[in-house]
Amino acid sequence: MNAIIEIFPQLARGLHVTITVLLASAILAYLMAFIAGLCRLSQNIFIRKFTGFYVEVFRGTSLIVQLFWLYYAIPMLFGIQLGSNWWTGVIAIGLNYGAYLSEVVRGSILSVAKGQSEAATALNMSRFQRMRLVIFPQAVRMMLPEFGNYTIQMLKGTSLVSLIGMTDILYYGDILRSSNLSQAPIVYLLVLVFYFILALPLIWLTRKGERISKKGVANG
Amino acid sequence: MTDPIVRFQDVHKSFGDVNVLKGINLDIKPAEKVAIIGPSGSGKTTIIRMLMTLEEPSSGDIIVDGKNLWKMEKNGHMVKANEKHLREVRGDIGMVFQHFNLFPHMTILENCMTAPIHVKKESKEEVRDRSIQMLERVGLGEKLDNYPSQLSGGQKQRVAMARALVMRPKIMLFDEVTSALDPELVGEVLEVIRDLAKHEDMAMVLVTHEMDFALDIADKVLFLDEGVIAEQGTASEVIEHSENERLQGFLRRFRG
Repeated sequence: MNAIIEIFPQLARGLHVTITVLLASAILAYLMAFIAGLCRLSQNIFIRKFTGFYVEVFRGTSLIVQLFWLYYAIPMLFGIQLGSNWWTGVIAIGLNYGAYLSEVVRGSILSVAKGQSEAATALNMSRFQRMRLVIFPQAVRMMLPEFGNYTIQMLKGTSLVSLIGMTDILYYGDILRSSNLSQAPIVYLLVLVFYFILALPLIWLTRKGERISKKGVANG
Repeated sequence: MTDPIVRFQDVHKSFGDVNVLKGINLDIKPAEKVAIIGPSGSGKTTIIRMLMTLEEPSSGDIIVDGKNLWKMEKNGHMVKANEKHLREVRGDIGMVFQHFNLFPHMTILENCMTAPIHVKKESKEEVRDRSIQMLERVGLGEKLDNYPSQLSGGQKQRVAMARALVMRPKIMLFDEVTSALDPELVGEVLEVIRDLAKHEDMAMVLVTHEMDFALDIADKVLFLDEGVIAEQGTASEVIEHSENERLQGFLRRFRG
C-alpha cells in the first residue's frame, strides 16, 4: 500500500505531457482526417493520388518508426528541425492517426445513401451545397464512434513519445522501475490504471457517439 | 398551339451494353399531366431521371423551356453542360422519389425550408410561411418539428411532395411514388397528387403502376415498351382503342 502511495504521485508528473500530446495530436489527426478524406473524394486525380500516397504510407508503416524518422532521420538528412520533441511526437501521432481517420471520413461520406444526393440535386443544390447541407452532416454522425475508438488508441499511442525522451506517464514508470526493479509489477500496474482512467471519458464519449450515430442517418 | 415546356428529341440511353431507351421523342406542354406506363425495365424511370439530370443521355437532346438541358454553347460549339448550366435549366423541375429520400437529420419543416433558402436565396420568414402552408395542404401541419423517422411511409411521401412544391416547380416528376408504400397508405398519397393535378397549373409526369389512377388524372398516357414509346394518346385512346397487342397484354395483367 505504501508503495502505491509513493509511486502514484511520481507517475502523475507525466500526466501533463500525456494529456497535452493527446489533445494536440488528436486535433491534428482530425484535421488531417477531414482534409485527406475529402481530398480522396476529389475529382482531381492528382489530389486523389497524392492523398492516397500519404494515407498508405502512414497507415502502412509503423508509428514508432515514423516517430524515429521525424526525430532522428529527417533532421540529419534535410537539416530540418520539427521543433521540440513535443512537436515531433504530436506531428507523428497526428499524421499517423489522421491517415486512419481519413479512411473513416471517406467511408462515411460514401456510405450516405445515393438517394440523399439525388434528392438534393432535385432541389437544385450545387455540388458544394449537397455536401455541406445533406451529405456531410449525416456522414459526421456516422463517423463519431470510429473517431472515439481511434482517439482511445491515440491515447495509448502517446506512450511512444517516452522513447524520444518525453516525460510522460510511461517515462516516469520506466524511471521508477529502473531505480527499484522489484517494484516493476506494481509500477506497470499503476501505469495501466492511469491509462485506463484517462480512457474512461473517451470510452463514455464513444458510447454517446454511437447513440447519436444511430439516429438521423439514411443509408442502404 | 403552345410551345412544349419539355421536349425529348431522339434521346437514347444505354447502361453499358444495355440499350434502355432507343430513341425517345416526346413533347410535354405546360400544365399537361403525363402518365408513363409500361413493363418494368422498359426505361420509364430513366426518362424522368434524365430530365432531373440524375442520368445523362447517351445521345439526343432534352429541351426544357427552350433551353438544351445537357448541352450548352461554348465558342460557337455545343458542348456537354457544366454544373452551372444544369443548375440554371433544371431550376423549374422538381421530383418525388420512390423511396422518399427525405433528409433524416432535419425536421419536416427544415426539409422543406432548406432548398428555397440556400438555393433560391429567399427570405427565411417567407419560406417558413410557405412551407407550413404546403405541409398543411398535404395534411402534416401537426408534424412540423418531427423527424422523418417518426413518420409513416405515406406521411414521408407527402412531406417529399411538399418539399418539392415549396420550390414552385413548373414541372413535377413522380417516380413510382407509391411503390414503396404499404397498400393501406397508397390512397393518402394519391389523394395529394390528385389534388395537385386538379388545382396546380404545373406540368406533371408520373411514372406509375397505379394504372387506374394514372388513366384517371392523365391528359396523356405513354406506353413505353422495349425502349420506345409504343403508344401514346389520351387515356381512352390508349386503353380502349389501341391495337397494340403488348399494351393489351400489359393492361390485362393489371385488370385481372
